[in-house]
Amino acid sequence: MTKFLLGRLVSGVIVIVGVSIFMFFLARVIPGDPARLALGPEASAAQVEAMRQQMGFHEPYVEQYLRFVGGAVNFDFGRSLYTDNPVSQDIAATFPATLELVIFAGLAMTLIGGAMGIASAHFKDRWPDNSARILSLLAVAMPNFVWALFLMLILSFWLGVLPLTGRLSESLAAPPAFTGLYTVDALIAGEWQVFLDALAHIVLPAVALSLPGLAQISRLTRTNMVDSYDRPFVEFARAYGFPERSIALKWALRPAIIPTLMILGMQIVALLGNAFIVETIFHWPGMAKYGVNAIVRKDLNAMVAVVMFISVFFVLINMLIDTLVSFIDPKIRLKA
Amino acid sequence: MQPNPKWRAWRRFARNRLSVLGMVLILLVIFSAVFAPFIAPYPEHAGVVVNFADANKPPSAQYWLGTDSVGRDVLSRIIFGFRNSLILGLAVVSLAISVGTIVGITAVYLGGKVEIVLMRITDVFLAIPSLVLAMAILGIARPSQMLAMIAMAVAWWPWHARLVYGIVRSLKHEGFVTAAEVVGASRIRVMFGELLPNCAPNLLTKASLDMGFVILLGASLSFLGMGAPPPTPDLGTMVSEGSQYLPDIWWLSVTAGLAIFIVVLGFNLVADGLRDLFDIVG
Repeated sequence: MTKFLLGRLVSGVIVIVGVSIFMFFLARVIPGDPARLALGPEASAAQVEAMRQQMGFHEPYVEQYLRFVGGAVNFDFGRSLYTDNPVSQDIAATFPATLELVIFAGLAMTLIGGAMGIASAHFKDRWPDNSARILSLLAVAMPNFVWALFLMLILSFWLGVLPLTGRLSESLAAPPAFTGLYTVDALIAGEWQVFLDALAHIVLPAVALSLPGLAQISRLTRTNMVDSYDRPFVEFARAYGFPERSIALKWALRPAIIPTLMILGMQIVALLGNAFIVETIFHWPGMAKYGVNAIVRKDLNAMVAVVMFISVFFVLINMLIDTLVSFIDPKIRLKA
Repeated sequence: MQPNPKWRAWRRFARNRLSVLGMVLILLVIFSAVFAPFIAPYPEHAGVVVNFADANKPPSAQYWLGTDSVGRDVLSRIIFGFRNSLILGLAVVSLAISVGTIVGITAVYLGGKVEIVLMRITDVFLAIPSLVLAMAILGIARPSQMLAMIAMAVAWWPWHARLVYGIVRSLKHEGFVTAAEVVGASRIRVMFGELLPNCAPNLLTKASLDMGFVILLGASLSFLGMGAPPPTPDLGTMVSEGSQYLPDIWWLSVTAGLAIFIVVLGFNLVADGLRDLFDIVG
């Protein structure tokens, strides 16, 4: 078990080092003159030269890379050219908003997608199956941003039941920061009105964000559960006369959970990626929106930091899931 | 029933009516993309046309899907947009499949250090979400159609590398591989003459699915303003333009969004049919 987890940790570190080399290459080597790229064509030669000196762009690449890594392990990614804050400070300020969105979307994706998949497999080829399959086709084939705009148009503009953009109505103050997640903080502080308002604000972006992953999870759960219905152990359980309900949840579902869990890591990271679009549409002040701005403004330090942060998050989530899977399925931890 | 294997394959594919629907959708899209200049009611509106007199007109008999903020016919621009989406999808998917397949097969067949290095590199690219990776690459350069394609291919090849790697690894010790080696077939011959054809059904199915995903990814990039520069008619850009004028000028976003949906849906449904046809699990 320890050996298994240690192996995962090593490959995780390798992936992160790989991402750091790639990002260094992308941001420092390929542009040729990163100072000119960052400052734009209007900057004077002196300004560009000053930035080169300040950022150490004249040094050999190996030295620059080592300095970059040295900073990165101390969460020092330099200053953002746009906000002029240390990049890590900006990320710390914006990440909770993204995390809150990803948690809500992740829960919706897993719970609703899983339930749809189970219902689909249990009532195969009957109406719950057909409607779940049509719904997942709609969810996967319509782009996130189109869903977002449709939901916004119908629910916010036309029906007016949900707020349009942002995390909180302007009339309300943010709850005292504890976790940085407005809904949780509002509950801790006991501010009901703020809680409900934050909840109303998060519904649309979270739903729009969750849809592609929800479809994948529903589909995979269905496939694997249908598959386990054909196995001898289900027949055995039926022969013993166990009720269909417990056959479904105990025998058919259990083995089908593992493949779903294995893609959950990918799906959660895909949420972070798709947040780049959803946060832009809903003016959600999170890290993904910050990342989009960084890329558009060629704020290379911020861009590198956001991508590094996402890949570290990816590695951690996958380690967590691997551990979980190895608890459920001993074959996996013994094989390693 | 006819014994012809082609006919039988079609029957298997068509058993699911939705696959046939997908096929029809794709054929329609391809047809309108190829013959865009003849089908589009206002083909000149694909370029720089300013017609303020007719700006922001809702759908009508004259403009079936309305007009945009400079008075161009939305339907015409969608038809030309199909063209760009298909070209983009085709280019990116072929690039990604080529690179991914070569990496996957080489990793398994050469094994050892080559395998470790190639698959680790694949893992690194998989650790960054495709959209973010493509954006980061586009961010350091001036956006162009060409660069967008390359950036998306860079973001997409690892998925194919992983797929091919998995299939080839399970085939490596099959009899036909050993047989080919025994009669003295070269490494290249075994890799691309023996192993590659066995990946074809999975790759074809994945290619159809990927056409949808890549078109979606491309639309997302152009939605964020990193796609083809104007005045190129681009479905993602049209949705983005329309989103600035919601809710009054709703038709631009809604119709362009539905157009993307139709293409992606078509490729998804065909992929389902191919999966049934080749009996692929998952």
